[in-house]
Amino acid sequence: MNHTPKTISGGLTRRATLQLGLAGAATLGFPSIVRAQGGPINVGHLTPKTGFLGALGEWATLGIQMAAEEINQAGGVNGRQLNIMSEDSINPDTAATKAQRMLERDKADFLIGEISSASALAISQVAARNEKLFVAVGPRSDVLRGDNCSKYMFCTDIPNTVMVNAVGTALKRDGMVEGKKFMTLTADYVFGHDLLKAAKDFFDRNGAELVADELVATDLTDFSPLLIKIRQTNPDVVCLNLAGNQVTNFVKQYSEFGLPYPTVGFNLNTADAWAAGLGNLQGTWPTVWYHTLETPESKAFVEAFKAKYDKIPENHAWISYIALKIMAKSIGETGSAETPELIKYLESGAEFDILKARPAHFRAWDHQLIQEAYSFTVDPDAEDEYAMIKLGEAVPAADVDLETIYPDEKQNSCKL
Amino acid sequence: MQIVFLLEQVVNGLVLGGYYLLIALGLSLIFSVGGIVNLAHGAFYALGAYVFVTLVDTVGFAPAVAVSPVAVGVLGILFERFILRRFYREDPILSLLVTFGLAMVAEQAIRMIWGAAPIPATMPAAMRGAVIVGPFLFSQYRLLMIAIVALILLGIWLLLNKSAFGRVVRAGIQNPDMVAALGIRLQPYMTSVIVIGVAIAALAGALFAPITIVHPAMGAEIITVAFVVVIIGGLGSFWGVVLAALLVGVVRGVTIHFLPAAGEASIYVLMFVVLLLRPRGLLGESIEKFDK
Repeated sequence: MNHTPKTISGGLTRRATLQLGLAGAATLGFPSIVRAQGGPINVGHLTPKTGFLGALGEWATLGIQMAAEEINQAGGVNGRQLNIMSEDSINPDTAATKAQRMLERDKADFLIGEISSASALAISQVAARNEKLFVAVGPRSDVLRGDNCSKYMFCTDIPNTVMVNAVGTALKRDGMVEGKKFMTLTADYVFGHDLLKAAKDFFDRNGAELVADELVATDLTDFSPLLIKIRQTNPDVVCLNLAGNQVTNFVKQYSEFGLPYPTVGFNLNTADAWAAGLGNLQGTWPTVWYHTLETPESKAFVEAFKAKYDKIPENHAWISYIALKIMAKSIGETGSAETPELIKYLESGAEFDILKARPAHFRAWDHQLIQEAYSFTVDPDAEDEYAMIKLGEAVPAADVDLETIYPDEKQNSCKL
Repeated sequence: MQIVFLLEQVVNGLVLGGYYLLIALGLSLIFSVGGIVNLAHGAFYALGAYVFVTLVDTVGFAPAVAVSPVAVGVLGILFERFILRRFYREDPILSLLVTFGLAMVAEQAIRMIWGAAPIPATMPAAMRGAVIVGPFLFSQYRLLMIAIVALILLGIWLLLNKSAFGRVVRAGIQNPDMVAALGIRLQPYMTSVIVIGVAIAALAGALFAPITIVHPAMGAEIITVAFVVVIIGGLGSFWGVVLAALLVGVVRGVTIHFLPAAGEASIYVLMFVVLLLRPRGLLGESIEKFDK
């Protein structure tokens, strides 16, 4: 899984040694030619491909590869091809090491990717130290846009607060919040803690009571002790702030035990729902995108993805696809892959087509992509796992300012 | 009330122990007969789950659960014949390395055949739901699983302790040279025991598929817990593994009740304590050929 450099074992022939020496001399002697303006744009892509977020990272990789192929087949960006270097980020330590290597040795022009908020924090620090751009594609922690925001980091996914708001709006409409007793299960790392905070704020604002909250290790696979605890606690609603494989395992086992309490979730990636299979998932959940979205651009993307990979794209495939397209447009417009120019352009409020009804833009003061979100519900009688997810209306409604679902400058502590 | 809650976690932990036992038992058997530390055991578990999800839609739940260990068991024969057999009398580090490599090959092979994305697997609707006995909540499905585990346990115990087959195997574990001197060819017995171990792992995979995520790395995830159980129980000890599996289930469940974040860490702490107090494991026996 780690890409370790190949070592040369055994004796080298004289010819091989000469060739190696020549090749080495060539790279040392003429670096400017190797990195000429017409050369490829090197993109360092890091995303978890193993571990509890690994399944999501595989989707992210498919999405970014498809975007790169489309761009390169159309002649590249200003005539330069995109060279995607894609690696498994594994954990925050390894992610930071690989990020440094990509920038230093592999001459990446910018970094992109990640799903884990913890790894994204580590990569962001490396990017800032090297004064290079990092597009945090999939992580959702508010802290990445708040206390730990960075001049060099731009975030494309919806943050935890928006997910809570998207689901919360639907729950309030159904009378499932005020006066209700909630029990939460939360992924025990920076993302989960952050989501729990957003959830607590929401409960406080809307008259709900949090009767128990449990932190769950990310490598937990058997939830039966917690299911027993849920029954002992006897809440009105079970609320899930879990991540990755945790969601799938919980949903399967919750259905296995057949507990009567309704579940809601403030985080779900549709791959985790699909992996649970038909008849296991229930409740109301947030999403950033789903393949049934009724816009011509989104439909075209879904068709192209199906034609290429013979499967339906998941939201991490979509977001990695649009993230690279955003970067390609930015480089195309500024005519450069240099960091200061790119930051200036991204902060300018330029609009990007992200295949949704309304275009998106980055906020200059906290570098997050302002876009529509959705809630979805589950159809228990659907014919397959793809059809069981029923996408709700976009949040906010078409005539309301997109900013209303995002934290404003008073609520968000980001100081760039 | 707190005592009842705790008791409920203890009972659930015992059920969970059955779940670990299914994986650990085969691992322990293979170590006993061949001296092989089989790091590829998790791969057979994963293959069992994948064969199950491939078949379940066409042949139904029960036939898929039954076919999966048979299909993977056939692979087990090849595994023993072409790989393991070379390592019975070698340094255990060699078999450890070769099975480690095999586990990686198997995981990538699963990725190539079935894809990297997790595969949905569900149980028949009739098996869903819980049974409430007094204050205790049991999943129907897990009760069924426990019944299967108990049957397997009984079957293997009878096979090893009450049959002519078992006498040869036990003698072979203690002193293979003496068995050979008596004119008994040990090879077919070794093959059979290893195939049984592999098939039980595959059965575990098939049974767990409806209640856990089915993805290529699932084998790598389970193997660590399986080793912890075997080590706590004592290498080579049949009842040691049973005892350790139940203990691990209970300790994990009770820890999660009080401190969910420490749930997975608790079993390693348990292993640490057991090894400090009893380096050979709870019921670890002395095996002549490994003590030389």
